[in-house]
Amino acid sequence: MTGRAVITGIGVVAPGPTGREPFWEMIVEGRTATRGITLFDPSPFRSRIGAECDFDPEREGLSYQEIRRTDRAGQFALVAAREALADSGFEPDDRNAHRIGVSIGNGVGNAISMEQEYRTVSDNGRQWLVDPSYMKPHLYSYVMSSSLAKEVAWAVCAEGPATVVSSGCCAGIDAVGYAVDLIREGSADVMVAGATDAPIYPITVSCFDTLRASSTSNDDPEHACRPFDRRRNGLVLGEGSAVFVIEELEHARRRGARVYCEVAGYAARANGYHMTGLRPDGREMGEAITAALDEARINPEEIDYCNAHGSGTRQNDRHETAAYKRSLGEHAYRIPVSSIKSMVGHSLGSIGSIEIAASALAIDRGTVPPTANYEERDPECDLDYVPRTAREAELDVVLSVGSGFGGFQSAVVLTSPRRIG
Amino acid sequence: MTASVITGVGVVAPNGPDRESWWQATLDGKSGLDTISRFDASRYPTRVAGEVTGFDPAEHASARLISETDAMTQYAFAAADEALADASLDTDAFADLDLAVITANSSGGVEFGQRELQKLYSEGPQAVGAYMSIAWFYAATTGQLSIRHGMRGPCGVLCSEQAGGLDVLAQARRVLARGTRVVLSGGTDASLSPYGLVCQLSNGRLSERHRPDRAFVPFDREASGYVPGEGGAILVVESLDQARARSAPQVYALIAGYAATFDPRPGSGRPPGLRRAIELALADAGLRPADVDVVLADGHGVPELDRQEAEAINTVFGPGSVPVSVPKTMTGRLYAGGAPLDVAAAVLALRDQIIPPAVNTAADPAHRLDVVTDRPRRAALRTALVLARGYGGFNAAVVLRSA
Repeated sequence: MTGRAVITGIGVVAPGPTGREPFWEMIVEGRTATRGITLFDPSPFRSRIGAECDFDPEREGLSYQEIRRTDRAGQFALVAAREALADSGFEPDDRNAHRIGVSIGNGVGNAISMEQEYRTVSDNGRQWLVDPSYMKPHLYSYVMSSSLAKEVAWAVCAEGPATVVSSGCCAGIDAVGYAVDLIREGSADVMVAGATDAPIYPITVSCFDTLRASSTSNDDPEHACRPFDRRRNGLVLGEGSAVFVIEELEHARRRGARVYCEVAGYAARANGYHMTGLRPDGREMGEAITAALDEARINPEEIDYCNAHGSGTRQNDRHETAAYKRSLGEHAYRIPVSSIKSMVGHSLGSIGSIEIAASALAIDRGTVPPTANYEERDPECDLDYVPRTAREAELDVVLSVGSGFGGFQSAVVLTSPRRIG
Repeated sequence: MTASVITGVGVVAPNGPDRESWWQATLDGKSGLDTISRFDASRYPTRVAGEVTGFDPAEHASARLISETDAMTQYAFAAADEALADASLDTDAFADLDLAVITANSSGGVEFGQRELQKLYSEGPQAVGAYMSIAWFYAATTGQLSIRHGMRGPCGVLCSEQAGGLDVLAQARRVLARGTRVVLSGGTDASLSPYGLVCQLSNGRLSERHRPDRAFVPFDREASGYVPGEGGAILVVESLDQARARSAPQVYALIAGYAATFDPRPGSGRPPGLRRAIELALADAGLRPADVDVVLADGHGVPELDRQEAEAINTVFGPGSVPVSVPKTMTGRLYAGGAPLDVAAAVLALRDQIIPPAVNTAADPAHRLDVVTDRPRRAALRTALVLARGYGGFNAAVVLRSA
């Protein structure tokens, strides 16, 4: 055993068309999936924009029973997990099942179903003492976000360690970090790991309205999310899932698997300061980046591309730009930094995995996806944000970062198979 | 890898709002189960629960912080303070990046969430409060504890229903092995709002008996489901070397072994994964079954699940060969807080050399288990095994051993 973990399969259900390749084509072409919300009537809300998945669970092959018992978040995860497994060529069976684990990142659970079922049992908010005669039998699976890991475990026949990692908006990175830990310590040979979230529904939209964190460019939703641009005015809520097959390196080699990249380093840090606030000096994210590089034994100067958190809020963009300068020094000015949230929005607990998918594909395809909508330079944000157009580049080391409520900051370092040796 | 040990324990439980009062009640067999008082439960088929009583959040947090948090997090404030004091751990003596918080969660801040959903649908989006976004999500408790105690290291949140409370101890052990010096771990839960209860009712496993002393009787022939409870435990975890170097007041136990498994999917025809979790945890600890002096069972209270657990225990240890304790008969199942509370019971059992009992239950002889019932049992204890199963197929086992 090498104690090294590599990504050998990728499945994606991102805003816009479903599937890994349609996702990659969209972000490389700089097209955006941000639109007026269609999942409910958004007219009473301050922000009425979302990045929705064009997703039809029946068309994607989910069974009627799977559709009936799962929330939209679970359906995304099932489709992404199956795509990842097929992509990897790994075949679970009764003999290896106990060596397959699952870690699924998530931020807000089965939020849509929890809200829909609440409306029914409370008679649309009229009753505090809600009526159990209207409860759906799968309600318990909605309240327990752990059901998301259960669904994936069933789908991929996993019988090793399984859990949901729920560290808010860093969960999509942390779930991958957790999987890598389990592979390194020998608790599993294969981890089906990633994240899912489907938050575009009134209660979550209300939360971001109240915090005034979401974009109000309701008349121009296609260009609403403008990370690092001087005219940014907030995040756009997204949804979706990305799931990976992550394997111990020797295990992957033995079966001749194609390797997208190694997950070479990972770190999580907290700001211990504020549930929603960030220091402008970039300290906490900078610390996570430095710790992830240390774990990977990689120097800042070796980084070829930063896949940014880039949520499109002034607070984040400032913090993040400062974090790159703190942790990478002058090198921060020399490398491309781009945010795919400009195109797919911010899907809370799952975006970290969707961004890892983008980063792994960037290494695989030798292409840096752009920051769509970036037009006007902000004096506080003076790095190379890859405006609007993708770039070809040989990428050996890619950094992807996340930041979220609770004060959590995470960073992951992916390296090209060329470096594995 | 230096050994990870538990040096501080904080508790908020239905049968005691702090560690020592809960432990005394547990040894005395005093149950915290009663008819639900927080709201009128008479219209619900399940009316008995383990509510935390005698707990005043104002003793543990400012009015502002109380308004920004669900009860699940308020219980964690109290338990964390108690655990840090118990460990005599001065967080200021450590660099903030060397401290971390890793808690389990299960259903989020359900009561807080129900109130805000009610505002949304009865008054409109503008009525939703600014704290909804930070109070109800699963990461709320870890985030708040990290801020409260200036713990800025590798924090985390795991959700595997009841099993998650053991998974977080393993994660604490992992981050300690990589250099973090102190981890606050464990979990607390507060699932008892009307919507929270209805969500739980839907799993079909809740007891519908209305007598508090008959509602939750795991391993009994009359077992008919479980009752929900709230609260949990927060634990201070650090390395054995550090605990000795700083002369910690006590080292309750080593986290000697751990494993997690997931049940085969329905229709596989293969047995559930609990037995494998036990065997792997023992192997991780380098111990044999005969080394285990007491098992704190998951004790689901659902006949088929009780049967499966008894079979797993008997297959590993032999029928009736190890004392089995089910103190959750006095609290109900606390979800994310349940396994940490069982870990608290296990380490205090090791401290006091006494096995806490299960109450109200008479183990069905068909299970062939030595369940300690009604009165605590004195015993020479060095090693305890704690089991937890999470709805859907999660299994976890932790081996705790006196240092």
